[in-house]
Amino acid sequence: MINGVPVQEHYRDASHQFASAKEGIWLFMATEILMFGGLFVGYLIFHMKYPQMFAEGAQFLDWRLGFVNTLVLIFSSLTMALGIYFCQINQPKKAVWALAITILCGAVFMVIKYFEYTHKFHMGIYPGRMLDLEMLNQHLSSIGKPAIASTNLGMYFGFYFCMSGLHGIHVILGMLMISWCLYRCMRGDFNPNYYTAVEGVGIFWHIIDLVWIFLFPLLYLVG
Amino acid sequence: MAHAAHGSNYLNAQKGLWSWLTSLDHKRIGILYFISVMTFFLLGGIAALLLRGELFAYNVANSAGEMAGQLLPSADAYNQILTYHGAIMVFMVIIPGIPAILGNIFLPLQIGAKDVAFPKLNLASWYCLMAGATLAMFTMFSTKVDTGWTFYTPYSIKSGTAVTTMVIAAFITGMSSILTGLNFIVTVHKLRCPGMTMWRMPLFVWALYSTAIIQVLATPILAITLLLLAMERTFGVGIFDPKLGGDPVLFQHFFWFYSHPAVYIMILPAMGVISELITTFSKKTIFGYTAIAYSSLGIAAVSFFVWGHHMFVSGQSEFAGVVFSFLTMLVGVPTAIKMFNWVATMYKGSISFASPMLFALGFLFLFAIGGVTGIMLAVIPVDVHFHDTYFVVAHFHYVMVGGTLMAIMGGFYYWFPKMFGKMYSEFGARMSWIFIFIGFNVTFFPQFILGAMGMPRRYFNYIPAYEPLNRISTVGSWMIAVGFLIALYTIINGLINGAKAPKNPWGSKTLEWEADSPPSVHNFDHEPVVTAGPYEYK
Amino acid sequence: MSDNHNNHHEEHHIMPLATYYKVAGALFLLTFLTVGFHALREYMGPFSALIAFSIAAVKAFLVMAWFMHLKYDKLSNKIIFGSGFIFLALLFVICIMDIYTRLNVNSVL
Repeated sequence: MINGVPVQEHYRDASHQFASAKEGIWLFMATEILMFGGLFVGYLIFHMKYPQMFAEGAQFLDWRLGFVNTLVLIFSSLTMALGIYFCQINQPKKAVWALAITILCGAVFMVIKYFEYTHKFHMGIYPGRMLDLEMLNQHLSSIGKPAIASTNLGMYFGFYFCMSGLHGIHVILGMLMISWCLYRCMRGDFNPNYYTAVEGVGIFWHIIDLVWIFLFPLLYLVG
Repeated sequence: MAHAAHGSNYLNAQKGLWSWLTSLDHKRIGILYFISVMTFFLLGGIAALLLRGELFAYNVANSAGEMAGQLLPSADAYNQILTYHGAIMVFMVIIPGIPAILGNIFLPLQIGAKDVAFPKLNLASWYCLMAGATLAMFTMFSTKVDTGWTFYTPYSIKSGTAVTTMVIAAFITGMSSILTGLNFIVTVHKLRCPGMTMWRMPLFVWALYSTAIIQVLATPILAITLLLLAMERTFGVGIFDPKLGGDPVLFQHFFWFYSHPAVYIMILPAMGVISELITTFSKKTIFGYTAIAYSSLGIAAVSFFVWGHHMFVSGQSEFAGVVFSFLTMLVGVPTAIKMFNWVATMYKGSISFASPMLFALGFLFLFAIGGVTGIMLAVIPVDVHFHDTYFVVAHFHYVMVGGTLMAIMGGFYYWFPKMFGKMYSEFGARMSWIFIFIGFNVTFFPQFILGAMGMPRRYFNYIPAYEPLNRISTVGSWMIAVGFLIALYTIINGLINGAKAPKNPWGSKTLEWEADSPPSVHNFDHEPVVTAGPYEYK
Repeated sequence: MSDNHNNHHEEHHIMPLATYYKVAGALFLLTFLTVGFHALREYMGPFSALIAFSIAAVKAFLVMAWFMHLKYDKLSNKIIFGSGFIFLALLFVICIMDIYTRLNVNSVL
C-alpha cells in the first residue's frame, strides 16, 4: 500500500500501475469495437444489397421505445461518469449512489428490451429462418395492412436480434461489473489515488452506450 | 518471499499442485502452458499418424460397394480425425505455442521486468485455453465434428455434427489469445527496465510484440464470426445462408480476416526465436537489427491485406482476386528481408552447430521452401490448379511445421538450461533433429509432387497412381514420430539426470542469461540497467 | 521522479462537474434532434440516413472525448482505440470491393 494504492510489486509506483491498467483497458475496448463492428459490417453490406427489405423490417420496430432506451442509456452514462468523478474527489457515498442509479438504468433498459422482444415473438417475428411469415401476414391483415413483400425478411430480424442481443448481453455484463464496483466502493476500496476498477468499468459502460448510439438509427430509423 | 533462501528459484519456491494452478508467476504459467500444449501436440500428432496410416494405401470397395479404410473404419471417421488434427494443431498448439510458452517465460526476462503487466490475466488466459480445449476435446470425443478447422459455410450450417459446441470452444480459445496479446503489448510498452529502449529490445521481443498486435486486432473478428455461425445454426439467422439472401462467401471473408493474420501469429514468434538462435550460435552481432524489427511490424501490417488469397476459387470476384494476388506477394518482401539478414549474420561468424542452431538452420531451409511455394500459390492461374490439392497441404506444413515447430524445438533446447537449470544430452537432441528434419522432408516433399499431380486434399481415398508417393510420405511421418519421441526422452532424461546448468551456457548477450538458472521468483536480484543493444558480440 | 509526478496529474485529470452536465445535455438534445429529423424524413429522402448517422457520429465523439476521458488521455491510448475503427473500415472496404465486383453480365473476365 502506497498512499492508499495497492501497488503490485512489478510496478514502480501507483501512476505506473494506473497507466498500464489504462492501456490494457483501451486495448480490450478496441477488441470490443472490432467484435461489434463485425456485425455492423455485415449489416451495412446487406442493407446496401436489400434496402427495401430492411425498410420493411424496420417498420415493425417502435422507434419510441428505442428513443426512450437511448435516453435511459445516455442518462446512465452520465451517472457512470459521475460515479468516477465522485471517486476522484473522494466522496464515495455519492459515488455509490451514482453507480446504483447506473445499474438501475441498465435494468430499465433491459425491461424495455424484454417487452420489445416478447411483442415481436407474439407477431411471429423470430430471427432468420424461424420468422413465421404466415403468422405475421395474418396479423397484418387483421389490422388492415398489406402483406410482407420481401421473402427474406428474416435476415433483417436476424441482424436485429443478434445486434441487440449481443448488446443486451453486454448491458447485463456491465451491470454485474458495476455491482462489483459498487460493492468495493461501499467497502471503501477506492480513493482519489486509486479507482482503476471504476474507471475501467466506466469505459466499458460507455462503449455500450456508444454502440447503442449507432444501433438506434441503424435498426429503428432506417427506410 | 522477497528474501528467499539461497538456492531458491521459481520452480521450488512453493510446492504442491495447488501452488502451480494458482501461480501468478509468468514463468510458472509458461510451464503450465508447456505441459498443456505438449499434451495437445501429442493428441494432434496421434491424429496425424492415423491420417497418414490410413493413406498408406488406397482402398478398394468390397463386393457390396462399401468402402472401408485400411486403418480407419470409414470415410466419416477420417473426416472427423482430420478435423481433430487441424483444430487441435492450429488453435491449441501452434497459435499458443511460442508466445504462451517461451514468450511467457522469456518476454519479461528479456526486457528486465519482474513479471508481465497483468499476472492475474495471464493465469486467466491459461484457464481460458484449458476451458476451450476441454470443451473441444469433449465435443470431439463424445460426439463428432467433420467440418475441418475452417468451419466453412454452408456445410458447417447443415452438418448434423456438434459444430456449435466446437465453435464455442474455439471462441473461448480465442479469448485466451486476446488476453495474452493484450498482456504482452502492455508489458512491452510499460515494463522495460531502465535503459531498455524499444530499439534495444531483443528481436524475439519485437516478434512477440508484432504478434500481440495481430492477436488483439484480428481475433475479435473471429469471435463475432464464430458467434454468428453458432447463431446461424441455432436460429437460422440467415447472414451466411443463401436461402435468405445471405452470402456464404462473406463467412470466408470474416473467417480469413482473422485466420490469415493468425498464420502470422504462428510464424512471427518463430522468426523471433530464429533471430536469437542465429546470432548466439554465430557469435556475431545480428546483421540488420532495425530491418528485422521493422520487418516484423511490416509482416503484421501486410498480414491484414492478403486474406483473399484463400478464396481465389470460392466465388469471390476476379477483381478482388487480382488485388489480393498482388498484395499477397508483398508478404515476400519483409520475409525475405529477414532471411537475408539471418544469412548475412552467419557470414564470417564463428558458427557452432549445437542442437538449437541445427533447428535454426533447419528452419531456414524448410521455411525457404514453404515461403517460395507460398509465392507460387499467390499467382492465381497456378493457384486455380493447386487449390485444395496436396501442394497446398505441403506448402503450409513446410511453413507451420518446418517453420514454427522447428523454431519451437530449437527455442526449447536453447532455453531449456534457463528454464530448468539443467543441461540435456546434446547427442539426444541432435538425434531428434536428424529424425525430425529428414522425416519431415520425406513426409511432405512427396506431397508437393502429389499435389502437382492433382491429388485433392482432405480425401480418405485416392487413385492407385498416387500410392507410391503416399507410402513414402507415411513412412516419413513415422520418422517424425520417432524424432519427437527421442526429443521427449532427451528432455525427461535431462530433467532427471542432467548436469547443473551454468548461468549462460551459450555465451548469449541478452538479458535473460544474466538471471540465475533457473531464475529466482523475482527474476533478477537487482533491477538490471541496460546500456547497450542486445547483441553486441566482440 | 518529478516526471512521474507530472504524469500522475495528467492521468488523474478531474473535469469540472458542469462539463459532465453540459455533455449529457448535448447528448439529450442531439437525440431529440435525431428523432425530429426522423419525423421529417418524407421531405429529405436519402439525406435522412446521412443526417441520422452524422448526428450519431457527433454523439459518439462527445461520449468518447468527455465521458471516456479520451480527450485528456495519452496519445498512445487514442491510437489504440482508433486502430479498432481503422481495421473495421478495412474489413468493410475489402468485403465491399469483392461483393460489388462479382461476376455479372457485363464482366469481360
